[in-house]
Amino acid sequence: MSIDSMTPDLVKKHFKVIGNRVRRPDGVDKVTGRARYGADYNLPGQLVALVLRSPHAHALIEKIDTSKAEKLAGVKAVITSKDLPDHTQGDRGLLDILENCMARKKALYDGHAVAAVAAIDAATARKALKLINVTYKILPHVTDVDEALKHGAPVIHDHVYTEGLSEKPTRPSNHCKYAEYGHGDVEAGFRDADVVISRSFKTEQTHQGYIEPHSVTASVSPDGTAEMFVCTQGHFVYRNQCAALLGLDANKLRVTASEIGGGFGGKTHIWAEPLALALSRKANRPVKLTMTRDEVFRATGPTSSTSVDVKIGAKKDGTITAAFAELRYHGGCFPGNWAELGAMTSFACYDLKNVKSVAKDAIVNRPKTAAYRAPSAPMAAFAVESVVDEVAKAIGMDPLDFRIKNAAKEGTKSSYGPVYGPIGIGPTLQAAKNHPHMKAPLGKNMGRGVACGFWFNFGGQTCVDVNIAADGTVTVAQGTIDVGGSRASIAMAVAEELGISYENVRSIVADTSSLGHNDMTDGSRGTFSSSMAAIFASRNAVKVLRERAAKMWEISIGEVEWKDGAAHAVGAHHGNRSPLSLKEIAAQAGTTGGPVAGHAEITADGAGVSFGTHIADVEVDLETGRSTVKRYTVIQDAGKALHPSYVEGQYQGGAAQGIGWALNEEYVYGKDGRLQNAGFLDYRIPVCSDLPMIDTQILEIANPHHPYGVRGVGETPIVPPLATLGIAVTNATGVRQTHIPMSPPRVLLSLMSKMK
Amino acid sequence: MGVLVQTTVNSDPVEFTCSEDESLLDVLRNRMGLTGAKEGCGTGDCGACSVILDGRLVCSCLVLGAEMNGKRVETIEGMAEGAKLHPLQQHFIDGAALQCGVCTPGFLMAAKALLARNPNPSEEEIRFGLAGNLCRCTGYDKIVRAVQSAAKEMRG
Repeated sequence: MSIDSMTPDLVKKHFKVIGNRVRRPDGVDKVTGRARYGADYNLPGQLVALVLRSPHAHALIEKIDTSKAEKLAGVKAVITSKDLPDHTQGDRGLLDILENCMARKKALYDGHAVAAVAAIDAATARKALKLINVTYKILPHVTDVDEALKHGAPVIHDHVYTEGLSEKPTRPSNHCKYAEYGHGDVEAGFRDADVVISRSFKTEQTHQGYIEPHSVTASVSPDGTAEMFVCTQGHFVYRNQCAALLGLDANKLRVTASEIGGGFGGKTHIWAEPLALALSRKANRPVKLTMTRDEVFRATGPTSSTSVDVKIGAKKDGTITAAFAELRYHGGCFPGNWAELGAMTSFACYDLKNVKSVAKDAIVNRPKTAAYRAPSAPMAAFAVESVVDEVAKAIGMDPLDFRIKNAAKEGTKSSYGPVYGPIGIGPTLQAAKNHPHMKAPLGKNMGRGVACGFWFNFGGQTCVDVNIAADGTVTVAQGTIDVGGSRASIAMAVAEELGISYENVRSIVADTSSLGHNDMTDGSRGTFSSSMAAIFASRNAVKVLRERAAKMWEISIGEVEWKDGAAHAVGAHHGNRSPLSLKEIAAQAGTTGGPVAGHAEITADGAGVSFGTHIADVEVDLETGRSTVKRYTVIQDAGKALHPSYVEGQYQGGAAQGIGWALNEEYVYGKDGRLQNAGFLDYRIPVCSDLPMIDTQILEIANPHHPYGVRGVGETPIVPPLATLGIAVTNATGVRQTHIPMSPPRVLLSLMSKMK
Repeated sequence: MGVLVQTTVNSDPVEFTCSEDESLLDVLRNRMGLTGAKEGCGTGDCGACSVILDGRLVCSCLVLGAEMNGKRVETIEGMAEGAKLHPLQQHFIDGAALQCGVCTPGFLMAAKALLARNPNPSEEEIRFGLAGNLCRCTGYDKIVRAVQSAAKEMRG
């Protein structure tokens, strides 16, 4: 790959296509019902698969008798963990993934798969599930993160010893990982403070809540090849993991990603795909496996529930002298590093001399935690921003001014290690201060909250092909899943580089057999990394186009420039030639060297960190405890907004998810360790009438490591809402809110404790 | 055994046999290949399977196929007139009122039913009119605006 111009000072600033609000290429399909999502794929002769799940939170599987189910007419395959032998060769992380897809010796949570069937229709499959007899020995369970970390808690895995301590513990425990971040001397910092405030916070577990349940259609041929149509955020990663777990060569498994009906991190993990493949292999027929909403809640997603302690000290002049946090998160029933991510993000907004964050990751009898949009950051921000607000008030300073005074800036050593380049925290805070929202009057029982948030953003492996057809139209093949409009943005970048109109570029998501590896769409990397690769691929195509024009003109390539979608001969000898358009060059491709294309394979380093500041007005009904968001504003740095409507959409959607999390959503577990609200009726995500319009302000502080200055934008918007609304409800009620969600009963309880 | 049903789907006469416990959603998706209606929950909580039945908005997962005899069903596949999009469809695209798009067919059905009842709804009326449909991507802002602008165009 050749990159002609890619140094920080060459970030492009003037655009013809970028920044416009073009129509998305998948728009018509999606408004007419033509778009195919996971469950919309069907293969000839396909069977219907269903999964039997554990009703127990923690149980030994003593015996599974599938004989009756196998004998039922119309049943073509029944599988248990015996049909998924361990091919992981000592890779414990991969074995955890396999064990999560299908329980092996123990059921680790309510909803854990224990067997699966494939039958000629759903009714037969349902009957077959009832004929499978599982003998369980129920074990003591633990679902609360703090309880799980206590001595004497039921130990879920006897092979897990705390990682990250100076000495390996002598006994296994549910405390799977310990980590510390920070710098300076926090104890000295607290001694220097005029005010020190400590508080403890809790947040409950939430689900990503994508509207499309997981669905996979898989077909394994007796010749050892296989194909899979699936809704996923990363079909290459699904391909690699499924192939490894099934003992297939990766190239034998061709994965086509369907349109994805929401993911938010929840479709970065495989769940049922290996089961569908194993059933297909055993039945020798294509198999379709679609989860019910109950299964989605019980067995996929969710995020961690958390328990966080924060302590911040400041001088009366508003300088933070020390900041400390201990964060306890769980990864569900398998080890994770969710608390560690929380610790890394906790104080990232601030320029601190003395800072320390301690992470304690735990294992509980809940489904395996999955990434959820800026995973772990919203809970840390809730705790930290709440104490920031309280400290500011204690020293008599406006909390927004307090944040501005302590905000991180270019050159700040971040609390998690790296030194920041140009960043947007200060500008978003300043924009909040200047925003008309901050001056609007508040009504009775209303409170206003302001909070900020951070997310790292990722880059990763990315591969793009740009192919120019003989008629001069262009197809760009990307390998990152389009979760929210990235096909439009990628096509815009290609049109910008080639100097042609957006309408002449078609963008598609290629399958795993048609393009090199791409990491999944996570870490806000989809548009960032694929636009970067598309720009480089287009520049490589331009080089080919210049070569072809030079050949047609019989001059040297150095005498050909590319401008406005055409080759221009330059210099004293050739300057009078008429330009050759892309279309004209493409038409002659067959006689000048063959098809014209450009490719790029990159590891997209340099994803710019992202910051946002949110403002919310909340009205609290003091009789019922119900909180209503009356006004909401999101201000965030996008680096460069390729398609402003889709950037706004990310801001609004992230804020709405955060509002749901802050005010209502939570997993409710009974004493029996079973999930009590596995459905959209009892796990209520915000509906249209719950929300106001969500105002957005896009700031553009260019990321020097992207040719157009782009930063990922998708995840940061969910980071500030928990804190923003926590502070708003605190201001409305006069009671510091420390437990998310602030559901009506919980807010009422806090009001009653105030009256006492 | 099955139930023989004669009905009208998107103005076409249709005859099918379905089992007694089969939902209208399953009939549409599995027997007719009309996969625009989606199953998001199967319990009437998400609205992704919304269709219009004799002029009334319903969750097709909560209606039995066997009940369709002599009824008139409108689905997302019948919303555009040939290649010409319905104003709601056009404004959803133009206003970026969809991201993943899986809820979009249901929203369009709900919005169509709403505007048939009330051609000039207030923001609040739109929000309550669409409250039976879940969207997890957009925060509803651009959906409400798209319905407002489509309604304006439709009023002329």
